Amino acid sequence: MAIAELTSSQPIASAVIPPAAMQVVYKRPEALSEAYTHYCPGCTHGIIHRLIAEVIDELGIRERTIAVAPVGCAVLAYEYFTVDAVEAAHGRAPAMATGIKRALPDRIVFTYQGDGDLASIGTNEIIHACARGELLTVIFVNNSLYGMTGGQMAPTTLPGQVTTSSPYGRDIRQQGWPLHITEMLAMMPGVAYAVRRSTHSPAEIRKAKKAIELAFRAQIEGLGLGIVELLSSCPTNWGLNPLEALAFIRDKMVPVYPPGDFKVHQALTARS
Amino acid sequence: MAKTLWKGNEALAEAALRAGVRVFFGYPITPQTELLEYMARRMPELGRVFLQAESELAAINMLYGAACTGTPAMTSSSSPGISLMQEGLSYIAASEVPAVIVDIMRGGPGLGNIQPSQGDYFQVVKSAGHGDYHAIVLAPATVQEAVDLMYISFDLAFKYRHIVILLGDGTLGQMMEPVVMPPFKEVNGGETPAWATTGAAGRPHRVITSLYLSAERLEALNLRLQEKLAQIKANEVRYATYLVDDADYLLVAFGTVGRIAQSAVRQARAMGIKAGLFRPITLWPFPERELEALSARVQGVLVVEMNAGQMLEDVQRVVKDRVPVHFLGRMGGVIPLPDDILPALHTLVGLVRSRNGHRARPVTA
Repeated sequence: MAIAELTSSQPIASAVIPPAAMQVVYKRPEALSEAYTHYCPGCTHGIIHRLIAEVIDELGIRERTIAVAPVGCAVLAYEYFTVDAVEAAHGRAPAMATGIKRALPDRIVFTYQGDGDLASIGTNEIIHACARGELLTVIFVNNSLYGMTGGQMAPTTLPGQVTTSSPYGRDIRQQGWPLHITEMLAMMPGVAYAVRRSTHSPAEIRKAKKAIELAFRAQIEGLGLGIVELLSSCPTNWGLNPLEALAFIRDKMVPVYPPGDFKVHQALTARS
Repeated sequence: MAKTLWKGNEALAEAALRAGVRVFFGYPITPQTELLEYMARRMPELGRVFLQAESELAAINMLYGAACTGTPAMTSSSSPGISLMQEGLSYIAASEVPAVIVDIMRGGPGLGNIQPSQGDYFQVVKSAGHGDYHAIVLAPATVQEAVDLMYISFDLAFKYRHIVILLGDGTLGQMMEPVVMPPFKEVNGGETPAWATTGAAGRPHRVITSLYLSAERLEALNLRLQEKLAQIKANEVRYATYLVDDADYLLVAFGTVGRIAQSAVRQARAMGIKAGLFRPITLWPFPERELEALSARVQGVLVVEMNAGQMLEDVQRVVKDRVPVHFLGRMGGVIPLPDDILPALHTLVGLVRSRNGHRARPVTA
């Protein structure tokens, strides 16, 4: 459709339907704010935010939820939800969330962390939050590099992947192997739910939403810590367009980080 | 009220309970560990929260999280642990949430040792983290004073939404003294402050952050912090004096060195030297005007510290070259005793007399 057609004086179809006859089939979740996000075109952070907001609405927990934002691309996540929120130092979100949850045990607390934040500088904090079985929900967004600082190598960077700090490609002999931290955390008794999902297709996104819901239920039902790792796109730092970036997740990231259930508490099994 | 015998670290813990602390996060480190152990026993008894963190980094960030909910929260540590807490302290200062920290200093730098020291003055008083701010720093000299200052720490922290650091040394933490414990009370009348992030129930959502991407907004935050610090400076200066009214020579010392210096003042007077003591209780805000006024009335100043001369810089800044400022410092856990202080005082007296045209000579009784 040409732009001229869109701007013509012809009334568009919906305008002639009486409002009373319209049925709302899709709207902004109440837990999602009206702020425009700062995320790059094609980045899947926005989708993940929406999934979390939908789950918060559906569980009816918006007014008692407290979010902990990370350092990284999602540093401003607190602008995009209508829940109370705090902004943690790099990697410390699980410690800060622990402080909130211990002070206010009847609130729902979630952290939103990237792979540099959770899998590098914050490994100590996430491991010990899991070891204590803190009743927290952790949304772990893995895009294989440090996005906000301009695309440096992260512990999650794929073997051979070129980043600004691995310009010759990640050489596992020099720079080590990708860190599969969600599988590691799943081994811990304090973790009730540990899964990986992707965001590269509508089907994967639907599965991701279900996982986010269960990670919140693990907290609400007092089962233990729930973590969902989400493979996410970074078109800007990967040097790809949005569609190519989704294909990169599917073709390059999924083989290294296969989606799967690493730990599902039996109380959640029937619903997963 | 009856006096009971308390070890410094445990007295600090009990005083914090009575002051209304609700959650404690900590990590073991000598010479403050008894404080943590005491909290581990007592907090559950009172239905309050004790949690041993995996590191001082985690402890300070747990404290930060709890503080954001408006809950009276604290941690305690010693010098190397306070180094690790600097990150969280800076975020707490920028976020303007109340936090109470105890630093029972040990010898440094590095791993140093577990002997008493005052080597953290620069770290705690000058820069408790990156960026432009000072924490409120309280330096007790006795176990009773430690209890009394701990008892007001949460009130100060909540009043100004700021960091209060109780700065003691290993001597204070480890020694036992008779103490009158204050009654139990609640912080902020037990009310949740209006700024706290507790869940957006029936109100717009709130955010606590230290991130201000716009230069103008970050400058506005800094101006607000500076305004707050100016208020603290105007309202919260604390200090003690001993025999200063007719003093010719002023000793300046803080914390446990302050009480040793008090003994030295008595001994000096017995030898015919009119000495007096000025002991800052708030290291920040430093009692500038009071020291300045006193220094105008004496002939010389002797600063005594368990470090290489850290508070000395503040004393010099205030006294300027009005009168000679002499310094005695012991380091590495060596405690300066009156036997060290008196010769230093004699040196000062000699300096003053030679400056005044007299022959420098030691003073005898």
